[in-house]
Order: sequence, then structure tokens, then C-alpha cells
Amino acid sequence: MATDPTTPVARLRGGFSDWIADRVADLGAFMLDRVAAVGDVAIFTFRTLGWIVARRQRRDVLVPAFYQIGVLSLPVVALTGLFIGMVLAVQSYAQFRALGLQTRLGSVINLSLVRELGPVLAATMLAGRVGSAMAAELGTMRVTEQIDALESMGANPVYYLVVPRFLGCLVLIPTLTVMADFMGVLGGYLYSHLVLGIDYHHYWTNSREYVDAFDFLMGIFKSFFFGAAIALVSCHHGFHSGHGAEGVGRAATNAFVHSFVLILILDLFLGMWLNNVHDFFRPEGPRRLL
Amino acid sequence: MAPSPPATPVDPALPVLATERLTVRFGLVTVLRDISVAIAPGETLVILGESGCGKTVLLKCLIGLIRPSSGEVRFEGRSLARHSERSLASLRTKYGFVFQGAALFDSLSIADNIAFPLREHTRLAEAEIAAIVDQLLAEVGLPPQVRSRKPMELSGGMRKRAGLARALALDPPVVLYDEPTTGLDPIMTDVIGELILKVRARGGVTSVVVTHDMHTARKVADRIVMLHPLGRLAADAPQIVFSGTPAELDRSRDPRIRQFIEGRAGNRLVEAAAGGGA
Repeated sequence: MATDPTTPVARLRGGFSDWIADRVADLGAFMLDRVAAVGDVAIFTFRTLGWIVARRQRRDVLVPAFYQIGVLSLPVVALTGLFIGMVLAVQSYAQFRALGLQTRLGSVINLSLVRELGPVLAATMLAGRVGSAMAAELGTMRVTEQIDALESMGANPVYYLVVPRFLGCLVLIPTLTVMADFMGVLGGYLYSHLVLGIDYHHYWTNSREYVDAFDFLMGIFKSFFFGAAIALVSCHHGFHSGHGAEGVGRAATNAFVHSFVLILILDLFLGMWLNNVHDFFRPEGPRRLL
Repeated sequence: MAPSPPATPVDPALPVLATERLTVRFGLVTVLRDISVAIAPGETLVILGESGCGKTVLLKCLIGLIRPSSGEVRFEGRSLARHSERSLASLRTKYGFVFQGAALFDSLSIADNIAFPLREHTRLAEAEIAAIVDQLLAEVGLPPQVRSRKPMELSGGMRKRAGLARALALDPPVVLYDEPTTGLDPIMTDVIGELILKVRARGGVTSVVVTHDMHTARKVADRIVMLHPLGRLAADAPQIVFSGTPAELDRSRDPRIRQFIEGRAGNRLVEAAAGGGA
């Protein structure tokens, strides 16, 4: 039955269907934007990888990037690693003592550190300290036309600005991870021994029994992916920064947030895959901590 | 003058640069529409127009920093769209681009900024590069003491001159200037004008100067092209509202041109209150 379009009910119905259509259009536009953004990052990644092999980097460009990314990040990674080791001891002790297994505290602290917390913590600190700084720096270069200037002189901005930062993150994040692991292990032991009174011999014997080279290498292996993700996401945000201080600020914030989310997603999938690899080489199954 | 590398000779029969029905859109906004301009070898073309009319976008299209939505830009008769990324990068060594804010690299000293294109595109020894840098600094009137300074330590006028020195490092046959006098005092504005004339006198250098400064335009232009913001034009009206010599511009009776030359607000404040205009 046809409805008079001028009645209040018909106007309400029309308004509602228009509202639904608008929301569907918004959702479609949002999805298209996301797909385009993923494609854009993929192209950016391939161009970066292409320039790594196409032309050798100059030493005077690489060294400052490596210093900024690696050397200046060491203190903060060491400090947070130390504290996270101690926090693990604080939080795990009560549960282990309730089961009478406090001497095995070392195994859970060290296993958690080298497999998960060390790599993720080092990557998070790198994303926060270096990733957002890279996005802000490149964003400022975009806004002040320095990236255009590079192009106008026939120089490739990806080669000059992205590749050194990418290589710095990729090559140096394993060393930061080792530092986070080491300081975490040290912090966990110091707190367990000096504050909780756990015996040196039991602490390390249990740790040695349950933590092996695979666990350590698993963390290092994952860190390469984290480093690459931080560099690519952060540089991409910097390259596509919006105008003015607001645009640069947003690029820096998004660089950290997106890097961090990507680190966690990569950590999950790499962890699942590496567990399968571990099971393949050790068919007897996972070791039991308790 | 910087002795190296030698500039490629330009065929005098061809326009060095030409645009053919160039249209640029950013999303839903059209900034340039059907712009056709040809620039002869050795000519100094000034592109005039009020803020937001698309002058800088046109200049960046000429060097391929912005790709047109339709139409094309030709350098010595060949469309920029037909160049690969690598070939376009090589072609850009024939251009010098002077940016509005100089766009010097913050992390490098002035000397390293000027030396950048030489290190990128030539195999000159460091001593030769240093000599060219000194020569270019002298040419733009900067003292040798600024060699080791960072761009942020220089005044706006000095930065612009350092940007010009960098643009001239490869001795390019074409130099593009984006608002070279914006933000400068009248004396420094005249200094930049003199430098543009000096660069032109280097022998066959083709220049395109984007500005809204009438003093500079009259001083350096062989020919002036004036753009009008599309938001103030009818749908089918041409965006180039004037093309001719500075003397012809001064004689123009077109009210849009007269308003710009004489710097009158006209009804712009009323338009803003009504929510119109570009």
C-alpha cells in the first residue's frame, strides 16, 4: 500500500532508511580506506626492500641513524628490563610459595623474559622512543618540503630517509632485546635472592633446566619482525603526515599506537608458529614447569 | 659560476616546458583546470595570483612532484608521465627548485646542503665540491662563515639565498622559484629579484617564478601569467585570466586584475561573511 510521503510516519521511515544507507556508506568508505592504507604500506615496504639491494648506503648516513636508534635506546631498555624482571618476581612469588615451589621462581621469570617480555618490551620502548621520533622527524620534513626538495634534486627519499632507519631498527633491535633479557634476568634474580631470600643454587639450577637456547633464540627471531614493523609503520606515518603541528603530532602518535598493536599481533602469530616449530623438533611435548 | 657538470643544451625551437590542458584535483577539490602554458628557452615566466589559486601546485607539476589528474606536462617535448621513476629522477637534475621556505635539510650544514646534489649526481672530489660551494655562496652574496652553520642559525633571507645556491649547484638549464620573496623585507626582496636576474644572465637559463609580489614580478618577468582561484570563477571560465608582458598587465582593464595589482580588498570581507569565495 502506497504511503503518503508527506505524512510524519513516512518522513520518519525515509529518514531512518537514509540514516542506515549513510552508515553503510560510511562503513564502506572506512573499509576502502583501510584496504588502501594496507596496500600503501605494502608498496612502501617493497620500495624500501628494493632500495636496500639496489644501492649501498653511505656510512655517514648509516652511523648517525644507528647511534640514534641503538646506542641512545640502550639505557631506557636496560632500565625497564631490570624493573620488569623484579616485577615478575614480586607478582609470581605469592602463587609459587602457596604451592611450595618458590625455588622454581627463576624458571618462570626467565622463561617469560626471554620468550615474551624481553622482545616485546624492547620493541615497545623502541616504538615509543624511536618510532614516534622518526614519524615526527619525517613528518616535519614533509611539512617543510624537505622531502619534496630531495625529490626535486633527483634523490630518492625512501633511499635517503627510510632505508637507514629501517636497517637501524632491523639490525639493532636484537641487541636491545638481549639487553632487556639480560637486565630482566638480573633484576628477577636480585629481587628473588636479596628480598625474597631464594637460594642462589636452586634459582639458577631450575632456570637452566627449563630455559634453553631455543627459548632465547625465539625471542631474538621475533625481534627482527618487530624492528622491521616499527621502522616501516613509523616512516610511513611520517611520509604521509598531515599539515602543520597537528598533522605531525598525529603522525607521531599513530606511529606508536599502530606499531604497538602490530607488535602484539606479530607476537601472537609468531609465537604460535614458533611453538609448532618447537614441537616439531621436540615431539615429547612442552616442558612442564610445575 | 659553478663549472660542473655541463648543462645539456636546449633545443631553441621547442618550448622547454609546456603544460597541455593540465587539471589537478585533490579529492573532490579541483585546484587547476585546463591550464596550457608554454615556456620558451631563456624566458622568465612569472605566475601571479592570489593565495590558494594553485600557483605552487602548477610549479610542482612542472617538475613532476605532483602528478596531474588529467592533461600533461612536457619537458623538451616529452611528457613527464612517460618517464620511469629513475628517468624522472635523472631529468630533475636539469631543474633547480627554490622552495618557499628554502627547504634546507635541518640536519646538514649549509655547505653540505649545497653540496648535496653534487655528491648525489657527480663524482667530483671533495676539494672540487668545496670550491663550487664557496663559489655559489659568493654568487648569492653569503659570507664563507655560513658554510658550517645549520639552516636554523640563519635569517630567512640568508636561508632563501642558500636554497638558491643549492638549486644552482648542478648548473641547471631551468630554475623554478616558489614564492621566493615571501616573508622578506623590501631590501631583501629586491636582493632576491637581482639574484633571479643574475641567474637568468648565466646564459639561457629558463626561469619560472611563482609569486604574488608585484614588485618582483615587474622586475624579473619577460611574461606574466595570472591565475584566478577556481572557487571565484564560473564553471566554464578559463583559469588563466591574463598572459602578457608586465606593461600589458599594468594596462589591463579586467577588474579582477586591477583589484590584484592595486591590492584592494573589494568585497572579500562581505564574501567571507556570506560564506562564499575560495
